[in-house]
Amino acid sequence: MTAITDIPEAPRAARRPQLGNPVLRWLRTNLFSSIPNGILTVVLLALLAKGILSFVQWGMANAVWLTPAHDSSACRAVRGVGACWAIIPEKYRFILFGTYPFNEQWRPALSVVLFIALYYLSTRRALWRRELVFLWIGALALISVLMWGGVFGLSFVSQDRWGGLPVTLILATFGLAFGFPLGILVALGRRSKLPAIRSLSVLYVELIRGVPLVSLLFMASVMFPLFMPAGFNIDKLLRAQIAIILFAGAYLAEVIRGGLQAVPRGQYEAADALGLSYWRKHRLIVLPQAIRHVIPPLVNTFIAFFKDTSLVLIIGIFDLLTTAKTAIIDPAWQQFSVEVYIFVAAIYFVFCFAMSRYSRSLEAPTTPK
Amino acid sequence: MTADHPRLPPRRRFFALGRNELQGLFWQVLVVGIAVAVIAFLWSNTVTNLSARRITTGFAFLGREAGMPIADSLLAYNPRDTYFWAFVVGIANTLRVAVIGIVLATILGTLIGISRLSANWLLSRLAAVYVETLRDIPLLLQLLFWYVLMQALPAARAAWRPIEGVFLSNRGLILPAIPFGPPQLAVLGTAVLGCAVFYVIRRWLVAQQMRDGRPRPAWSFALGLIVVMPVAVSLALGVSWSIEWPQLRGFNFVGGLTLAPEYFALLIALVTYTSAFIAEIVRSGIQSVPRGQWDAANALGLRRSFMLRQIILPQALRVIVPPMTSQYLNLTKNSSLAVAIGYQDVVSIANTTLNQTGQAIEAIALIMAVFLTISLSISFFMNWYNARIALVER
Repeated sequence: MTAITDIPEAPRAARRPQLGNPVLRWLRTNLFSSIPNGILTVVLLALLAKGILSFVQWGMANAVWLTPAHDSSACRAVRGVGACWAIIPEKYRFILFGTYPFNEQWRPALSVVLFIALYYLSTRRALWRRELVFLWIGALALISVLMWGGVFGLSFVSQDRWGGLPVTLILATFGLAFGFPLGILVALGRRSKLPAIRSLSVLYVELIRGVPLVSLLFMASVMFPLFMPAGFNIDKLLRAQIAIILFAGAYLAEVIRGGLQAVPRGQYEAADALGLSYWRKHRLIVLPQAIRHVIPPLVNTFIAFFKDTSLVLIIGIFDLLTTAKTAIIDPAWQQFSVEVYIFVAAIYFVFCFAMSRYSRSLEAPTTPK
Repeated sequence: MTADHPRLPPRRRFFALGRNELQGLFWQVLVVGIAVAVIAFLWSNTVTNLSARRITTGFAFLGREAGMPIADSLLAYNPRDTYFWAFVVGIANTLRVAVIGIVLATILGTLIGISRLSANWLLSRLAAVYVETLRDIPLLLQLLFWYVLMQALPAARAAWRPIEGVFLSNRGLILPAIPFGPPQLAVLGTAVLGCAVFYVIRRWLVAQQMRDGRPRPAWSFALGLIVVMPVAVSLALGVSWSIEWPQLRGFNFVGGLTLAPEYFALLIALVTYTSAFIAEIVRSGIQSVPRGQWDAANALGLRRSFMLRQIILPQALRVIVPPMTSQYLNLTKNSSLAVAIGYQDVVSIANTTLNQTGQAIEAIALIMAVFLTISLSISFFMNWYNARIALVER
């Protein structure tokens, strides 16, 4: 085999002498390589210019950036020709934090910062150790204390009053924190040699993946009270959280199963030969390798899942999208929903784009040191 | 293994099972036991709760009068029809948006996926921006956004006319259409029959070519069966193909094909969102075909269309089809977001039924049954297609 790999790479075609201005050369190869290509470029440029121009006109030149509080008359004057960005400073506290007591809103704000710090730390390869689990438990406990209060002199805030970005992050993060171990168990169950456990796992995964999340959320909001003994009822947010955990568990299980399949047989056999028990074999040998294999698809699942938390709007839970939709019920500001949706879309975009960039950086071949 | 090992005396076994089997049995009994206990607990609670609330279970309510209006439907419906028929109308609406959405998303996604690989820098950058933006914003948000834009359109009287005969207003998109009745359907049926017969003939011709190597062009059969035959039927029956142009009468449009704003918004949102994912799948599929395959096809002097059709596409499809299946399933499941803007798909109708009758379990069971059936059918079909195009290894 060495004989083949040792053949030096064929020399690249000798560099043709490159003439002219490098900018013109770049334009020629990338935009005007042929006549149809040139026509395409010109048409695209014209369309792009038109699009950008009309957006600048609507979103900047004719836009209203600030109005006196609670006064939308300036906005209504430019309706149709200019954007009303003034609705964002007017409503951003409600959009971001919902009906959380106004003077206490530093608490959800701090929770959001904690969430972001937690995500950032989790992406550091150097921190992928067992301590990370404790970091998560600690951070989530701290966030719960901040949001609920009732201790350390913080006033108690019931979760009916939570809303906005923290709720979106709570649904996504707790969904992940519980869905991930569930997914691991189900993935192991699906590969188990025990027929009863295997078929239960298959049934669970296929059932959840076969139906839309909306129907699971309906189930959580309408059927859950029927399932529980009389007089026992849990909060709507928690019910939605349970549905999201079950949903995440099924999708994550399939990704993790892919990783388990990629671990070579020899690793299992070596672990068996060392006399490790089933759980120790998976915890110490198999799972660390399996999960490393599937980190990029896992991150993609997290992105999908982060976006899917917005579906709780349908059962009336005040996440970021629901607060945005509620903010524009106000008759004075009703006509400016596009601006609010753009604002909220930007928030979702920042989170998802950061995750997808991260996933791509993991996929890029790592240079051997 | 030449030496003869002295046989070890059999160990004493508990119920003739080894330690591992016993452990396995223990875990299975434990897990199944827990699952059964949980289900029994939920079941008994549900039965008690239902009898306490005097809700009768069962699907008898399906025979009752629905009394809910359905604005936009393919099938004839009026509020005096039964719940059962309302569900059928809802399923038809779900399938209408899913099927048309899948077709359009595939076309758009393929175009954008190819654009991303274009040698034209501007085109490939624009395609990349399209994909990145749409993938990173929740579908529900995009849906609400399109719906708001749809409602902000001018009233019917001041409708936009991007092309003559096409109207865009807050009543939705109105297109010119050909009225379809039994005579037109008969002609269409002839064309479908022609396609089926042509398929059989082509297989036979290919089999013949396999035997003696002589190519037998099939285009004359194609022309005769798929074009000439339907045209002949159309002329013989005197079928009219006149286009019906929509007209503004009073405050609304008469004639033509109307896509209601809810339907149109849902369709745009599903198609654009899914096309971003399909574009990535198509791009990676094309990129997965090794360069050597292009070079080899070029070296053989094949025409570009032949090369794409016979060399590149079959190999790219192997990579494309499995993830495409899950995108089709996603689009179908995502069509349930219709409930957020009031397009009456099966979920929305089940939701109304649930509110009117209180039959929560039955309504949600119906939604799940419908989606499981659709999901299983799509994955069954796509698996069959995938098996057909899969690599046949020696």
